[in-house]
This record gives sequence, C-alpha cells and structure tokens, in this order.
Amino acid sequence: MSNVAEFTGPRVNPGIDPNTMSIIVTKGSLDWAYPPFILGTTAAAMGLEVTMFFTFYGLNLLMKDLKLQVSSLGNPAMKMPIMGMHVGMPNIISALPGVDAAASRMMKNLMKKKGIAPIQELRELAVEADVRLIACQMTMDMFEYSVDDMIDGVEIGGAATYIEVATKSHINLFI
Amino acid sequence: MADQVLDTKGLNCPLPILKAKKALKTLQNGHTLEVISTDPGSVADFPAFCRTTGNELLEQNEQGGIYTYLIRKSALGLVSG
Repeated sequence: MSNVAEFTGPRVNPGIDPNTMSIIVTKGSLDWAYPPFILGTTAAAMGLEVTMFFTFYGLNLLMKDLKLQVSSLGNPAMKMPIMGMHVGMPNIISALPGVDAAASRMMKNLMKKKGIAPIQELRELAVEADVRLIACQMTMDMFEYSVDDMIDGVEIGGAATYIEVATKSHINLFI
Repeated sequence: MADQVLDTKGLNCPLPILKAKKALKTLQNGHTLEVISTDPGSVADFPAFCRTTGNELLEQNEQGGIYTYLIRKSALGLVSG
C-alpha cells in the first residue's frame, strides 16, 4: 500500500475549440521555412487560432535579419528544374564552398518566378494575423540568441508552455 | 458583377487565399468578392476555404488557365465574425 496520492492523469479539456492549431517549428533552412509559415498563415486566414513554437534551428526563422539557405548536401530528393530536366547534385560537389549559396540563390529565383511569397512576407502576414510566436528558451540559451536578435512580438517559453498550448489545440503539428 | 475584384494572377499558394481573406475582412456581409487566380491549386483550395469559413462560393470558373471564384461574405463565417 502506498501513501502516495493516486495520479489521476492530466486534466483534459473536454471542450477543445476545433478552430485551434499549434505547430512546433524545428527546422530553419530556406526550404523547411515554408511548410510551417504556409500552414500557419493559411489556418489563421481560415479563422483558426494559431500558435507556433520555435525550437532548435527553427529559431533561425525568428531572426530580424533572415539569411535563409538551402543545402543539397545529403538531400538526394532536391532536384532543381533546369532546362526541362530535374537535376540533383552529388554530395561531393554539394560539399564545395559556395555551392550552398548558389543553390539558395537558385531556389530564391525560382520562387520569385513562380509567385511564391518570400518567408519575410509570410512571417509578416503571420504577425498581422495574430499568430502567437513562441521562442524556446532552452535553445535560445544554448545557441546564445537574445530576444533583441528576433522580430518584435515573440514570446519566450519552454516545454510546459507548449504543452499547455497543445492541450488546448485541436490540431498539433511537428515540422 | 461582384462588389469587389481581387486579382491574384501570378501568385502561388497560399497567397491567393491570404489576400482573399484580407479582402473579405473589409467587405460587408452579403457582398461579393471575385478572385482571379492562375494557381491550379486554387481549384481545390477556394472551395475548402469557403467550406471552413462559412463564406459562400457562388461560382467557380476556369478559362484558359485563369480561374475565377465568386464568394459571398457570410455573417456565419468564422473570418467574417
């Protein structure tokens, strides 16, 4: 017999608003910046209350000065459309200095040509739509980032902050 | 004839939806918005947007790669509330 009070489980919210969404954003490269910001802004436009929690490399997407890059290194699925073909890059070439910068320039040009919004614009739209942006305190500490490096309106929080949001969100995504 | 016309030609997902939402925000209930798009993804996205937000999709047309959507702002819609 134990004297410890029986754990009755977490308090669940029986009435979760279906129009709520949270996204954990863990990646900070040019390509991976798109899924969270596209889904976050679109959900907000469709009337959902959206929270984005930025951790690890995702923090990169909150910087005032965005210098997003993509790398073809170790990314066999990255094939760029060039003259009617889809061209990938062998790792040995991807590893050379300047190749990441060139690939990033190429992808940005391609996006511009196809009418895809720059991340800066989607981020502004997210802020405008009152998407809640939370930066992970622990990873900020680890990478030595300060709130001053980030855009205005970013909140600071930890795992418990996110879990509280998640218990009140109908849709929870990890990207 | 729509009360307002929004031209999103050349813009890709999700910009036509985001701009349509902004335009609907300024529109009176019951008024209509015509959205013009060249994004083939908009064919599935505008009906989904309207179903979710409660705005009414009155018409949907395609002609030579130009898609048009006629949306009536609904008072019941989440975004119009």
